[in-house]
Amino acid sequence: MTGILSLIVFSPLIGVVALVALKLLGQTGERADSAARWITLATTLTTLALSVLMLAQFDGASAGFQFLEDFAAFSGVHYRMGVDGISVLFVVLTAFLMPICIAASWTSIKDRVGEYMIAFLLLEVLVIGVFTALDLILFYVFFEFSLVPMFLIIGIWGGKRRVYAAFKFFLYTLLGSVLMLAAILAMIGITGTSSIPDLMQHKFDPMLQTWLWLAFFASFAVKMPMWPVHTWLPDAHVEAPTAGSVILAGILLKLGGYGFMRFSLPMFPLASEVWAPLVFGLSVVAIIYTSLVAFRQTDIKKLIAYSSVAHMGFVTMGIFSGNAVGEQGALYQMISHGVISGALFLCVGVVYDRMHTREIAFYGGLTQRMPWYAAVFLLFTMGNVGLPGTSGFVGEIMTMTGTYQASTWTALLAATGVILSAVYALSLYRRVMFGEITNPALAQINDLTWREVAIFLPLIVSTLFLGVYPASIFNITDASVQALVGAYRAATGG
Amino acid sequence: MFLTDLSLAYPEVILGVSALVLVVWGAFQGKSNLAFNGAAILALVVAAVVALTGPHGRAFHGGLVADDLSGFSKAFIYGFSALSILLSDHWLARRGEAKFELAILVVLAALGMGVMVSAGDLISLYMGIELHSLALYVLAAFRRDDGKGSEAGLKYFVLGALSSGLLLYGASLIYGFAGSTQFTVIAEAVKTGADGGVLFGLVFLICGIAFKVSAAPFHMWTPDVYEGAPTPVVGFFAAAPKMAAMVLLARVLTEAFGTAVHQWQQVMVIIALLSIFVGAFAGLAQTNLKRLWAYSSIANIGYALLGLAAGGEAGTQSMLLFLVLYMVDVTGFFACLCALQRDGRPMETIDDMAGLVKERPGLALAITAFALSALGLPPFAGFWAKFYVFKAAIGGGLVWPAVLGLLGSVVAAVYYLRVLRRMWFDAAPGATDAPPLTSRVIALLCALFSFPVVLVALHWLEGLASTAAASLG
Repeated sequence: MTGILSLIVFSPLIGVVALVALKLLGQTGERADSAARWITLATTLTTLALSVLMLAQFDGASAGFQFLEDFAAFSGVHYRMGVDGISVLFVVLTAFLMPICIAASWTSIKDRVGEYMIAFLLLEVLVIGVFTALDLILFYVFFEFSLVPMFLIIGIWGGKRRVYAAFKFFLYTLLGSVLMLAAILAMIGITGTSSIPDLMQHKFDPMLQTWLWLAFFASFAVKMPMWPVHTWLPDAHVEAPTAGSVILAGILLKLGGYGFMRFSLPMFPLASEVWAPLVFGLSVVAIIYTSLVAFRQTDIKKLIAYSSVAHMGFVTMGIFSGNAVGEQGALYQMISHGVISGALFLCVGVVYDRMHTREIAFYGGLTQRMPWYAAVFLLFTMGNVGLPGTSGFVGEIMTMTGTYQASTWTALLAATGVILSAVYALSLYRRVMFGEITNPALAQINDLTWREVAIFLPLIVSTLFLGVYPASIFNITDASVQALVGAYRAATGG
Repeated sequence: MFLTDLSLAYPEVILGVSALVLVVWGAFQGKSNLAFNGAAILALVVAAVVALTGPHGRAFHGGLVADDLSGFSKAFIYGFSALSILLSDHWLARRGEAKFELAILVVLAALGMGVMVSAGDLISLYMGIELHSLALYVLAAFRRDDGKGSEAGLKYFVLGALSSGLLLYGASLIYGFAGSTQFTVIAEAVKTGADGGVLFGLVFLICGIAFKVSAAPFHMWTPDVYEGAPTPVVGFFAAAPKMAAMVLLARVLTEAFGTAVHQWQQVMVIIALLSIFVGAFAGLAQTNLKRLWAYSSIANIGYALLGLAAGGEAGTQSMLLFLVLYMVDVTGFFACLCALQRDGRPMETIDDMAGLVKERPGLALAITAFALSALGLPPFAGFWAKFYVFKAAIGGGLVWPAVLGLLGSVVAAVYYLRVLRRMWFDAAPGATDAPPLTSRVIALLCALFSFPVVLVALHWLEGLASTAAASLG
């Protein structure tokens, strides 16, 4: 199966070529737009099929990297690809969310459809590339260039303050990643290699580890995002089109957590241990503070954006707990949050497409007109709260259990976040859904269309499936996580 | 003896003779046309091939050096000079200003730059600098009826003369304390105990050359000259002369002052960081694209200087690669500007770019590539350029300067993003005129080089630059 990773990463380019050809042939108008949508959907489904095929071949019992590819480029840089239990699920998650995004943009994007689809396909190439790259420079290329399509998606198809949000998104992330670039170059200078598997074996000097760790932290903390560098996220989410928000929350935020698990922990274990209290502190602040902030929001999307920051707090906490339960929980929480928060943004998109506003005060009593929508929204709200039976529960309980072993106080304080998330999520649901319809504009609002049902169905199934059968994830991640924790323990003497 | 010396100077001979022939031809013809410009381009290309393949050695009592470094640099300098003649051909004709002098001046400037990169003593260093500067002064004021054009020429000339004075003063100090104008003899003098006087002279010399590469704090002339000079000429200014002066600086610092590396390194780091930050912050206030790219070039020369400051072969190699990749980007960008006009008026402000993606998708994509490349975003050429420079800087122990330089690139990102924002997010105010084929082709080729050709080309460029850097020893 060598080569399947490259095939997955670059398969969306087939769609890009087709869309560019469509443009060059001078096709415009409704038929061309429709063709562009179908081409993109077919391409993303192909990528999904390929990634499922890859997952089927994946050996969960092996901790090492699989499906390796390696070509030397120039200056010691290699084109090196591979996946292990930590990254393989993100590849599948990306491929899974992409067709949903395309379907969600089917009618809401009417302007410059071809360019929109190209931007999404490019984004898919780059994000899957980030998760499969096993060379620092290759990783950086994918990681950094993924800013450009997202910048364009927010800036072209976004809301009123799209330019501000796009700039803020780009500059915040760039600032973090140039520091990471400095660290990457230093690591290459010291070890003479940019191979990630080799660098995971290398033992850096403890003092040096601190600096390198901080540089990587700057990049991933912004991406995650952690408090206090999270402020770009609500802006980006509010202004981005629905599908853009889904990708942002579902996948781009996971780059930060993935980065911590791939680089910070295995390469700089001593620094990770030293700085873990800082991460715990920031995570707790993120969980409590942003939950309170979320409660005060008047915009539905902004509320969900802040709740994302709070949920990512559980992830960072779990990762730096340094034990297997915490790591597993963090990984699980990232996958689950990818599905649930994506679905919540799609729920916002449903009413936004109909009413073109996201003000909570505008709505109320939607259960009367939209029973099916109310049921779907309820399920994902419960998932967001972390109700047992949904996938949201497993991640939260495991990260807290893991953290309890590392730092009791952190886990205790984080547990309040579970209550707070119920407060804001349920009050949102009450204000939007329950009661009588008081706003006359809502009198004629319609329930979900078949297209929307088709979009939500895979998300509902995976939320429930992951909630009742979490072993499906752990079977894949276990060996790699055990290896990661084992190496971390050995290095820190814990 | 004279003939063997002469054989090392064949590129210079070819260009000198061609320039004289072209003067006579132009005087009879009165105007430039494709054949005339083609002849100038041919002369440059032939000189480039001869420089690359010619014999190595030192000629004219060490005054002229032909080695891998000079061959490498001359090939690119002549090549980019030829490209700018090609660009200006259509641009000037479109404005009814097809004067034949432009091609001749570019050839003469190229001759001067060739002497600069081959300079083996202070005399030929000064000769090369003056020959290319005089040609550039005239080129800056090429539109002599235009107020801004005359201002550009005058400003460039007055400040350039001042910097030449500084440079000469430094050269005379070095000669006085070291006892020779030859780099090899100066190197001996420096090795046996660097005298204060020699280093004092070196600082003046660096200042003079810093002016030529428009490094801060000697950058004041750059935005005005870029704004006033004709666009294809600016494309020329921003590329080849920078390489010539940087290679000259590398040669002076490594050949003559190689043992005093700790003394000049701090000066270079300061100049480099100043340039990066002046270029980044002052660029934020610009609305004119030519002025903006002037500040961008100031910042970029800062990165090149940082590579050079890293010292050693890796430093010189990174500087050479940086310059080559940068020259492609900047030439491509100015080719785009040459191509764009609306209702007969050149589009030179950031606001003029509004909605370009719908109007001219090809050129807009090219400008996007150049802007992202200048920003240093992978996988474009500009990223690899910075990659080499920062790798050399961090490897050479300049970790903090490298981190500061990277942070400077984030500030500069704001203005590149502004250009993208206008092109991609906003609506176009009106149709643009049909762009000429040559500038479109050049822009497209440069953009394709920026990505993805660069990934293949670096295999080969890296080796070339490494041999070139090794020849400095």
